[in-house]
Amino acid sequence: MKLSIPDMALVVLVGASGSGKSTFAHKHFRSTQVLSSDFFRGLVSDDENDQTVSEAAFDALHYVAAKRMTAGKVTVIDATNVQRTSRGHLIALAKKHHVLPVAIVLDMPEGLCIERNAARPDRDFGAHVIRRHRNELRKSLRSLEKEGFRRVYVLRTPEEVEAAEIEIEPLLNDKRSETGPFDVIGDVHGCRAELEELLEKLGYVLDRDAEGRPVGAVHPEGRRAVFVGDLVDRGPDTPGVLRLAMGMIEAGNALCVCGNHEQKLVRALRGRNVRVSHGLAESLEQLGAEPEEFRKRVEAFCGGLIAHYVLDGGNLVVSHAGLPENYHGRASGAVRSFALYGDTTGETDEYGLPVRYPWAQDYRGRAMVLYGHTPTPVAEWINGTMCLDTGCVFGGRLTALRYPEREVVSVAAHKVWYEPTKPLLPPSELPPPAVARRDPDVLDLDDVIGRRIVETQHHGRVSVREEQAAAALEVMSRFAVDPRWLLYLPPTMSPVATSPLPDVLEHPREAFEGYRADGVQSVVCEEKHMGSRAVVLVCRDSGAARFGIDGAGAVYTRTGRSFFSPELTEQLLARVRAAADGLWDELRTDWLLLDAELMPWSAKASGLITRQYAPVGAAASAALSASLAALSSAEDRGVDVGSLLASTRSRASNAAGFRAAYRRYCWPVDGLDGVRLAPFQLLAAEGRSFATEPHSWHLAIADRLVAADPSLFVSTKRLFVDTTSEESVAAGIAWWEEMTGAGGEGMVVKPAANLVRGAKGLVQPGMKVRGREYLRIIYGPDYTEPHHIKRLRQRGLGRKRSLAGREYALGLEALDRVARNEPLWRVHECVFAVLALESEPVDPRL
Amino acid sequence: MRDTHAVLLTMTTTRQPATDLGFLLHKHPEKAQSFAVAAGTAHVFYPTAREDECTAALLLDIDPVELVRGRHDRAFTLNQYVNDRPYAAGSMMAVALSSVFKTAMNGIAKSHQELADTAIPLAVHLPALPSRGGPDLVTALFEPLGWQVDATAVPLDPEFPDWGDSPYLDVRLTGTHRVSEALRHLYVLLPVLDNAKHYWVTEEEVGKLLRAGEGWLADHPRRELISQRYLKHRKAYVRFALSRLAEADESDEEQLDNALDEPVVAEEPDRSVPLAVQRRGSVVAVLKAAGARRVLDLGCGGGALLRDLIKEPSFTEIVGVDVSARALEVAARRFERTPERVRSRLTLRQSALTYVDKSLAGYDAAVLMEVIEHVDEPRLPALEYSVFGAARPGTVVVTTPNVEYNVRFPTLPVGRMRHSDHRFEWTRAQFRTWADGVAQRYGYTVRYLPVGQEDPEVGPPTQLAVFEVSR
Repeated sequence: MKLSIPDMALVVLVGASGSGKSTFAHKHFRSTQVLSSDFFRGLVSDDENDQTVSEAAFDALHYVAAKRMTAGKVTVIDATNVQRTSRGHLIALAKKHHVLPVAIVLDMPEGLCIERNAARPDRDFGAHVIRRHRNELRKSLRSLEKEGFRRVYVLRTPEEVEAAEIEIEPLLNDKRSETGPFDVIGDVHGCRAELEELLEKLGYVLDRDAEGRPVGAVHPEGRRAVFVGDLVDRGPDTPGVLRLAMGMIEAGNALCVCGNHEQKLVRALRGRNVRVSHGLAESLEQLGAEPEEFRKRVEAFCGGLIAHYVLDGGNLVVSHAGLPENYHGRASGAVRSFALYGDTTGETDEYGLPVRYPWAQDYRGRAMVLYGHTPTPVAEWINGTMCLDTGCVFGGRLTALRYPEREVVSVAAHKVWYEPTKPLLPPSELPPPAVARRDPDVLDLDDVIGRRIVETQHHGRVSVREEQAAAALEVMSRFAVDPRWLLYLPPTMSPVATSPLPDVLEHPREAFEGYRADGVQSVVCEEKHMGSRAVVLVCRDSGAARFGIDGAGAVYTRTGRSFFSPELTEQLLARVRAAADGLWDELRTDWLLLDAELMPWSAKASGLITRQYAPVGAAASAALSASLAALSSAEDRGVDVGSLLASTRSRASNAAGFRAAYRRYCWPVDGLDGVRLAPFQLLAAEGRSFATEPHSWHLAIADRLVAADPSLFVSTKRLFVDTTSEESVAAGIAWWEEMTGAGGEGMVVKPAANLVRGAKGLVQPGMKVRGREYLRIIYGPDYTEPHHIKRLRQRGLGRKRSLAGREYALGLEALDRVARNEPLWRVHECVFAVLALESEPVDPRL
Repeated sequence: MRDTHAVLLTMTTTRQPATDLGFLLHKHPEKAQSFAVAAGTAHVFYPTAREDECTAALLLDIDPVELVRGRHDRAFTLNQYVNDRPYAAGSMMAVALSSVFKTAMNGIAKSHQELADTAIPLAVHLPALPSRGGPDLVTALFEPLGWQVDATAVPLDPEFPDWGDSPYLDVRLTGTHRVSEALRHLYVLLPVLDNAKHYWVTEEEVGKLLRAGEGWLADHPRRELISQRYLKHRKAYVRFALSRLAEADESDEEQLDNALDEPVVAEEPDRSVPLAVQRRGSVVAVLKAAGARRVLDLGCGGGALLRDLIKEPSFTEIVGVDVSARALEVAARRFERTPERVRSRLTLRQSALTYVDKSLAGYDAAVLMEVIEHVDEPRLPALEYSVFGAARPGTVVVTTPNVEYNVRFPTLPVGRMRHSDHRFEWTRAQFRTWADGVAQRYGYTVRYLPVGQEDPEVGPPTQLAVFEVSR
């Protein structure tokens, strides 16, 4: 006998003690699938037979079962389950997780059970216990289906048990193996002419019968249509629509999920007592004119429709009224009801229609969800979901979405076929809702806290630890700019491998050699401006339409804080906007996202300078001059303090060098006077990330900004180096030596092509090579002393590089998501992760 | 020699024969000597050694990397590497004093015991003394012990006079003391002045330091400050994470981690009941009047209001919410000794009010006590949605400063806000415009109450709004 078990099911074994449940479970299921009450008794008490701990044991068993069901795993409960109440708990649990409960009953002869128990040394039940179990089982047998088990298998003899085979069958909604491409079509409601037009527009070739009626459609490229339900009612030709759709589906050219109108129509056709309203009358009248045979076909078709489909490996879900993630691929009354009718708040609006709960605004799932049911003026993306019902029958449009292209295709209704209860108005003309509804731009705490994993295209899964997220939450929520402006945070950058030369830590040769080893021939050296990293989002007019904020944009730091007051930000952005004049049309965008360095360093970092760097200089200067005086006096008296005096002199000169190093990057600023901006990358614009444009392209754009407003923008000096030419490498080294010799901070070496993948994944997007004097600020005034530098060479770069790689990938991912116009939380998730990773304990001097 | 960093202290006497100072310190005036001490080397030499005047110098070389080694919980912020330790005479100097001059500090001088027991004229020079509290604190700490204090601030950077003074003082102390006594004063008080940065002081050392205060610390007028400054807690991970983010942002850690900072002004002039107490009292009264049982304290900070709420048994479930992990730590500590039965009514959790937090839905009441003014004004709509739209408690109590009243605080400079982290402070009219708008948008009614003495001209110091959900 073949026992067919639906995927994800909760399998409840029922049988008296000694009926062979554990043996059966062991034979047919993996040990991890089986939750045995005896085992859980052992877990909580060290004694598998201690009946006094049953309550705790079942508590733990139910907890684990719930976790498995949440994960969609077939779960087998190995307990006697002869009492209705114990089964009731399990059925409720299955319902709660929207999986099907199945019972397998082992109704073995009493004598056999007693005999088996007697053979087990650890079992001391009397025969009366088994007799009681069997009595309870007998009473239960008739009612198992009524209790809620969707399938019940009863095995009555050891032979039947021996012959049983278990087969896991996929659920009817599981069409993950169907990968498309698809054209998902919104509510048709009997609008046959518009459906024909839409199918032809999508490239289908219609097949007509002798009377010229369409009875099928084929796409020459093998695309298939998916109907979101509500083919019927209200419109002028429900039979015509059904004839076409059924023909397509029977020929394998289309799929269809059940709409609430099909559900009601099939009840009416079966003669049930339903209220004939909402356009059902039209369908019944039109079908009445059709032959009985056609009506039977319609009844069978509508009666067999599945409430939702999971397609394309789980990446696409189609249901009539949408579906939250925890219902995807599940089966229960609640899932079907949601798929057909959606969620309502329990309230009704001024037209007497139920107020729908906007489930899509809470949606955070990975699968795209396409649905209809609620007429909306325009098909729009909300958190990766789209409602395709654009009210064709009410005089709107019939809409389809090409998958995976994400392209919307629609045709206008030929007329208003059915007068809507509620006018179909564009959002701007809708009356304000009674209670403010959640904006899809609202972020949920669950989008960011706890341990998180972000899927990136370029670096796979990047994980964020809980405590990192906690620290980032504090900074993000208290200090960062509005998340709708915060499209990107720059990644950290690793220094070059440590130089073997005697008196420097960092030297360009290692950068060139390192990139050559990664297979990169052409690199660009860019002057490192000593300022603060700044991300500039500038809008051509206002961010209202694109970002939902009526403002010019934002200028923010590596942690998302605004550099300036709102007034100064506006002023700065006005100048950036003016300088970017030619770019708007050229790049067909209304906004630009720039990566830049903002100077002077002191404009932003004044707190750091005056609370950390300058005090070190002040203390060093005060202490060392007094020490020099004291040592000199001692030496004058003839006390031998020679080496101490010499080293203190050297120290005093290092301290002076330290002060000189930071002073170079400080100058006074008044308003925007003195503020300079050195852009070096154009990160993104509408619909595009520029991560794959070569650096020459980025620098050319930067140069145009400098040319347009040379008093604000600063050019970035650059030199292209061929890593395979010793001559070119020598020129690169000379360039760095000259720049840092004149007090420059150093340079950044990047692959000229920008984003490059190597054998081991992403190649580092840049490496900094900092100047010898500048590094005093980082490693302390005395790091150049031989005994110091010797020790500092031991620095390990592995963690820093790994961090830089992960943050780079997260930044790219954020920009890609922005380019695809993905929901705010999807972008914010990446940006937040960059901030959280920044708190990772890595040597801060790197 | 490993290192040549320099922290300097000199001690001079004019008691003749002044060179006897060598006997008291057990260090020969004609020799330069070196001693290994924790995290560096101490050098002792005499710049001056005459009959009429003798100066001993203690020059301490500190290895900054050594300081960090083995302290993984503390490491990984840049200021651990580039810091003032190698130059400033703080706690390290105290530890070195006790090691190099141990016998002298105990007042033992075999051949010159009589001199050791005698108070002699002494002058101490510390060219870079870190002082959290400025010259005044140095005076307050040393003067009661009989020292004359001459302290001048060292400028941060002479090239940038706008930056003002550094936290270091050039300090000269003069007085008549036994050498052992003088050493013990320095040993205890240098770390006290250094306060915030004494992370190397172990618990064991705390005990030693307090023993060195025997005989004078108990009578010192600032003894509470002195002992309090030794009792600092270790930081939890989140605080270190925050420090790193501050560095990534190139800001000072304290600019980010300021959730527990005290306001610049807190009290009404001439009132016996503190304003904070009146505010908490008003909030509790409003919540009781509303019949609230399950209550949210949004932005609970260190838990001052929670302490009042938990005393009321009618509040059966109290949830304290803050975005600052440090604030929550402090709040948790506040209830460590509360009986389990009482404490079980209280939950503390991290959340941010600009994000929707589903678990905050379904409560009877929520309090936003002195919270909204810590949120940037453009971010208020997000807070409004998450509190009034998503969490949607039956009652919401909001308090915020009334900026009109600021003129009544004599110590508050014109135009300054009451707290360094306030993003705005509103007039009564501004507050009402905001609150009326919120009430209308989210279906609440709102009424207003004054907190503190209502001034006929400028109103009360704190304004309070009570929102009640319509329907």
